[in-house]
Amino acid sequence: MVRRLPEFLVIWVPLLLSAAHLISFSIWTIWISFTPSTLVPVTGWVGLRNYNSVLASRNWQIAFDNLLLFGIAFVLLSLATGLLLAILLDQRIRGENVLRTIFLYPLAVSFVVTGTVWSWLLNPGIGIEKLVHDLGWMTFKFDWLVNRDMAIWTIVIAAIWQSSGFAMALFLAGLRSVDADIIRAAQIDGAGPFRTYWRVILPTLWPITVTVIVVQLQFAISAFDLVRALTNGGPGIATQLPALVVYDLMFQRSQLGRGAAAAVLMLLILLAVLLPYGAWRYVRQRRAAHA
Amino acid sequence: MSGNGELPMRDRSFAPSRALIYLIVTLFAAACLAPLLVVVLNSLRSNEEIAQSSMIGWPEHWAFGNYAMAWSGFCVAETCTGIRPYMLNSALITIPATIFSTLLGAVAGYAVSLWRFRGDVWIYGIVTLGLFLPQQMRLLPWTIVLRDIGLINTLSGLVLIHTIQGLSFTVLFCRNYYVAIPHELIRAARIDGAGFFRIFWRIILPLSAPILIVTVIWQFTHIWNEFLYGVTFTTGQQQPVTAALIALSTPVADIPKHGVQSAAVIIAALPTLLIYLFGGRYFVRGLTAGAVK
Repeated sequence: MVRRLPEFLVIWVPLLLSAAHLISFSIWTIWISFTPSTLVPVTGWVGLRNYNSVLASRNWQIAFDNLLLFGIAFVLLSLATGLLLAILLDQRIRGENVLRTIFLYPLAVSFVVTGTVWSWLLNPGIGIEKLVHDLGWMTFKFDWLVNRDMAIWTIVIAAIWQSSGFAMALFLAGLRSVDADIIRAAQIDGAGPFRTYWRVILPTLWPITVTVIVVQLQFAISAFDLVRALTNGGPGIATQLPALVVYDLMFQRSQLGRGAAAAVLMLLILLAVLLPYGAWRYVRQRRAAHA
Repeated sequence: MSGNGELPMRDRSFAPSRALIYLIVTLFAAACLAPLLVVVLNSLRSNEEIAQSSMIGWPEHWAFGNYAMAWSGFCVAETCTGIRPYMLNSALITIPATIFSTLLGAVAGYAVSLWRFRGDVWIYGIVTLGLFLPQQMRLLPWTIVLRDIGLINTLSGLVLIHTIQGLSFTVLFCRNYYVAIPHELIRAARIDGAGFFRIFWRIILPLSAPILIVTVIWQFTHIWNEFLYGVTFTTGQQQPVTAALIALSTPVADIPKHGVQSAAVIIAALPTLLIYLFGGRYFVRGLTAGAVK
C-alpha cells in the first residue's frame, strides 16, 4: 500500500480537488442565495426572498429579455453564417486553408480585445459613422452603440464576428464526412446541386447543428467579457445581461445573497438548455448501441 | 453533371457560379480581417491624427513610438508603467497553470481510461461537469477560499484556480485520447512488472505528443484570454493583461489615446494569435474536441 502511495496521490488529489470544488462550490453558492448575506456571507434563512427581489428588479428583467433576443439572434445568425461558409469552402475552392485560417482567427482572440475593438468601430464619434461623414455623406447614421433600442445588436454583431468560425469548422467537418455514395445516388436520380444539398446533405448535419446551438447558447448565457468591454451594459442598462447582473450585485452593490440568487438563476437557464440536450444525447447513444 | 469525378457535384457543376462563390468568401474574409487591420493601422498612427479623422484610416506619419509607449510608458489607472507588468502577470499565471493542469490531466486521464480504479466513472463524470458549470457559481466560494488561504490578489491564487478548473478540460481531452490505446499494451507491460508511473513514462507519454499539444494550446489560449477571475480576484498591479486592457480603455484624462491603446491591444492579443498561427491545426482539434464533450 505504501509503495502505491505516490500514484494514489497523483491520481486522486487532483481529481478529488476538482470534483469536490465543483460540488461544494455549487452547494455553497446555492446556500448563500437563501441567506440574508449582504457585504459578507452570514448564516440565516430568508427563503426565496433574494430570488423574488432579483426577479422583480428591472435590471434582471431587462437582462433576461436581452438574453432571449441576443441568444436567439446570435445563434441563428452564426449558424447561418457558419453553414454558408462551410458549404462554400466545401466547393473545392482555391486557398481553402488560408480562408479557413482567416475565418477562425477571431476565436484565438480574447473577448476583451474583440469588445474593445468593436467599441471603437461602432462608436459614432470615432468609428464607422465618423469615417462616412469624413467621406462626405453627412446624414449617414450608425449609432447603435449609443442607441438604447439598438445597442444589444452591437453585441450580436461582435459575437457573430468572433464565433461564426466555430460553427463553420464543425459544419465543414460534417460536410466532409458525408458519404459520397449518397451524393452520387441523389445525382443519378437527377437532383441538382441545390436540391442535393437541401434534401440529402443538410439533413445529415442536424446532430452537428444541435451541438453548435448548445455550445453557442452556453456562451450566450454566460457572456460577460464581451459585453463588459463593448458596452458595459449601457447605454444606461440597455445591454444588461445576467452575468453582468451577478457581478454587479456581488461586487459593486455588496448584495451577496441576491448575487448568489442571480447566479443560481443563470445556472437554471443553462440547465433548461443542457438537460434536454443531455437527454437527447443519451437516447441517441442508446439507439446507436441497439442498432 | 459531369458524373465521372469522385464527387461529381462538388467538382465542376457549380462552374457558372464559381465567381460568385469566390466573391462571397472574399467578402466574408475581408469582414473578418477588417477589425484587425483597422487596429494594426491605428497602432501606427499618432493619437492626434486619429482624433482629427476617425479610427479608420491609413497612417499619414508612421508612429512606431506607440508600441514603446504602450509597452512601458502608458498610464493604466494611476500607474504609468505601460502594459509590460500586466503582460508579465498574464505570463506568470498562464504558463504555470497550463503546465500543471496539462500534466495532472494527462496522469488522471491515463488512470481513468487505462488503469481503472474503483469509482473512476463517477469521479470522471463529476469532473467533466466542470465544463458546464458557469463561473458565476464559483465566484463567491473562490473569493472566500482565496482570502482564507491568503492568496487573494496574488498571481498564485489565479494559478491555483486555473489549474483546478482546467482539469475538467485536460482530463477530458486526455481520457478521450487514451481510451483508443489498446488495453493489451498496458496488460502486457503490467505482466512484465511495470508499474503505474513506468507505463505512463515509457508507453503512454511517447504516444501523447498530439493530445498534449492540443491541451497546452487550448489551456494557454483560455487562461491568457480569461477576464472574469482576473478582474474579480486581483486589483492594481496584480491584474492580468485582459483586466488591464479594460482599465486602460477608460482613460483618466479626457484626451483619447487611441493610437497607443491600439498598440496595447495588439500586444495583448499577440501571444494567442501567434500560437494560433503556428498551431492552427491543433487549435481547431481542441475546439471540436471541446465541443463534442
